[in-house]
Amino acid sequence: MNKTFRAALAGLVTSTAMLSAACAEDIKVGLLLPYSGVYAALGQDIDDAFALGLATFGADSGATFEIVREDDEVKPPVGLAKTKKLILQDEVDVMVGVVSSGVLGAIRDTVDGAGVPLIVANAGNDEATGEACSPFITRISFSNQQVNRPMGKWMVDQGVKKVFTIAPDYAAGRQMIDAFTTGFTAAGGEVVGQEWPAFQKTQDFGPFLANAKASGADAVYVFFAGGEAISFVKQYDSFGMKAELPLYGSGFLTSALYVEAQGPAAEGVITALHYVPTLDNPENAAFVAAFKEKTGRIPSEYAVHGYDSARALVEAVKAGATDRETLAAALPKVSFTGPRGELRIDPATNNIVQPIHVYETVAGADGLTQKVLATLPAEADPVNGCAMPAAVN
Amino acid sequence: MTTDLGFWVLQTLNALQLSMLLFLLSVGLTVIFGLMHFVNLAHGSLYAFGAYMAASLAGVLGYWGGFFLAPLAVAALGAVLYFTLIRSQRRAGPMAQVLITFGLIFVAVDATRLIWGDLPIGIAVPAVFEGQLALLGVEYPIYRLFIIALGLAVLAALTLVLTRTQVGAMIRAGVDNDQMAACLGINVERMFFLVFVVGCALAGLAGAVAAPVLSVTPDMGLQILIPTLIVIVIGGLGSLKGAVAGSLIFGFVQTFGAVLMPTFNSVLIYALLAAVLVIRPEGLLPAKG
Repeated sequence: MNKTFRAALAGLVTSTAMLSAACAEDIKVGLLLPYSGVYAALGQDIDDAFALGLATFGADSGATFEIVREDDEVKPPVGLAKTKKLILQDEVDVMVGVVSSGVLGAIRDTVDGAGVPLIVANAGNDEATGEACSPFITRISFSNQQVNRPMGKWMVDQGVKKVFTIAPDYAAGRQMIDAFTTGFTAAGGEVVGQEWPAFQKTQDFGPFLANAKASGADAVYVFFAGGEAISFVKQYDSFGMKAELPLYGSGFLTSALYVEAQGPAAEGVITALHYVPTLDNPENAAFVAAFKEKTGRIPSEYAVHGYDSARALVEAVKAGATDRETLAAALPKVSFTGPRGELRIDPATNNIVQPIHVYETVAGADGLTQKVLATLPAEADPVNGCAMPAAVN
Repeated sequence: MTTDLGFWVLQTLNALQLSMLLFLLSVGLTVIFGLMHFVNLAHGSLYAFGAYMAASLAGVLGYWGGFFLAPLAVAALGAVLYFTLIRSQRRAGPMAQVLITFGLIFVAVDATRLIWGDLPIGIAVPAVFEGQLALLGVEYPIYRLFIIALGLAVLAALTLVLTRTQVGAMIRAGVDNDQMAACLGINVERMFFLVFVVGCALAGLAGAVAAPVLSVTPDMGLQILIPTLIVIVIGGLGSLKGAVAGSLIFGFVQTFGAVLMPTFNSVLIYALLAAVLVIRPEGLLPAKG
């Protein structure tokens, strides 16, 4: 009896060791990012930081990671085709990436149906962790509402009572501004006017600025990103509006990725974001130093998504996950303290819960830098119609 | 707000500024088409190239270095294009021309990405044009006034050349009937070359003056192409007056549409385009009677 038991135990240990050895050999990661098109620079930041994250944390997981890269070209049909290729042909264990919310929407059902865990490393549309949530989709980046909601109350606390909002007329623009105005009006503020310029068709914001100026607001709150953010901030300054109407916004407006192109026009703009490269904590200091050494650039919020996606993946593997199923179960349970601060995943939606940082863009020793004014406490998003199947949790 | 005079002044200036930028672009395109019957869809890419050259040169020589040299660089690129592609395709018909120049757009977008990267670039407004000027009760950025003035100056110069000089008479003759002009001893081919290169230079100039206001991105050439085509179709192909009229109409409809009827703004200009095509298919002020 004793002998049999010991033999069985030995067998179990050996087989477990073999099992973990077999799986620890290789986790195949499908990295779906835009390497061309308007978001190519974002994709590159995420890619560089993801590789850096795997190199930094991956060693002590005992696993090796193989990366298969695919370019979604920021086009939903292309993203879907590449997702099918990664799942069916490359048979990846886990997918990471997706910058555009449009691409995420297109691949959601395929990923969910195939049961392949997906770590969302950017796309912020609220639905992805709301009504369209999936037990296989874990978001490690942000949601549109999360970044903007706390800013409403903070601005009222600072004495801003009336705002005028401007944002491009598409889903993300609407979600960002709506979340802000909800928080702002709940705290007692008043929205005196709104403008929604056509997305990617508006190069000149002059006509909208004139309306903002005439509205009698205390401040202007906006969301723009990329080229539009640069044009907007420069044009806002060129009309001399910064002095009388301070500019606030969602932090993508003055992202470290392109704030240099805005130049002095960005000075004094106050925005809220989930990551700022000047955050003062040891994890961020190590990340910024390593990223700078690897790429020569200062990490943006996009880079931190890549870095933390790698960290989350490694944590899930360390927790014993080895394949699609176990990774999907382990990913929503990861929590760690990264460059952004304390991160955890909300089990109700699989969305990240993280602090939001309010920062001002100021002139520094070498170019523009970010001065953190306040860190607003982490707050889980409302469930928004997400019904997470209990079996996988 | 709409009863306030300042609002109308401000938006009129905004509309004029946009019109002048579009004029610089469309005049080259329309005269090239009128004279050569050549559809150059890559015109917007020349504009983007001008903006990138201006941004790069501004880093080394300051704003004015970019302002003067970028149009020359774009003209040089235009000359290269002329001898490699345009001349051989002159008689190839619109289908081949559209395909080739449409392909050039994508080549240009990827070439700018390779050379200048994916990140948008911004350049500063020159020091003399910083700040705002009080004008009819509104504060307006001086640089934007400079764009309006520059557009008007180019318009005046072109009008003068086209109506008062021999070269202008030859170009007008070429637009009217190039075979007859050739019979009368005008070297039409050389004139084509001249017009093409000047048109390219103007596109480059538009890029250079737009760079400090807008951000310089790889796809800016594609973004500006549709407005430019709308301008020349509304105005009438091949005519200077048409380019002026088209630019003004586009600028005012776009600007006032954006603030007065934001919901319909994207549709307004296309509705106008459709109306023009139905009522006057040849455009409002076509070159040929």
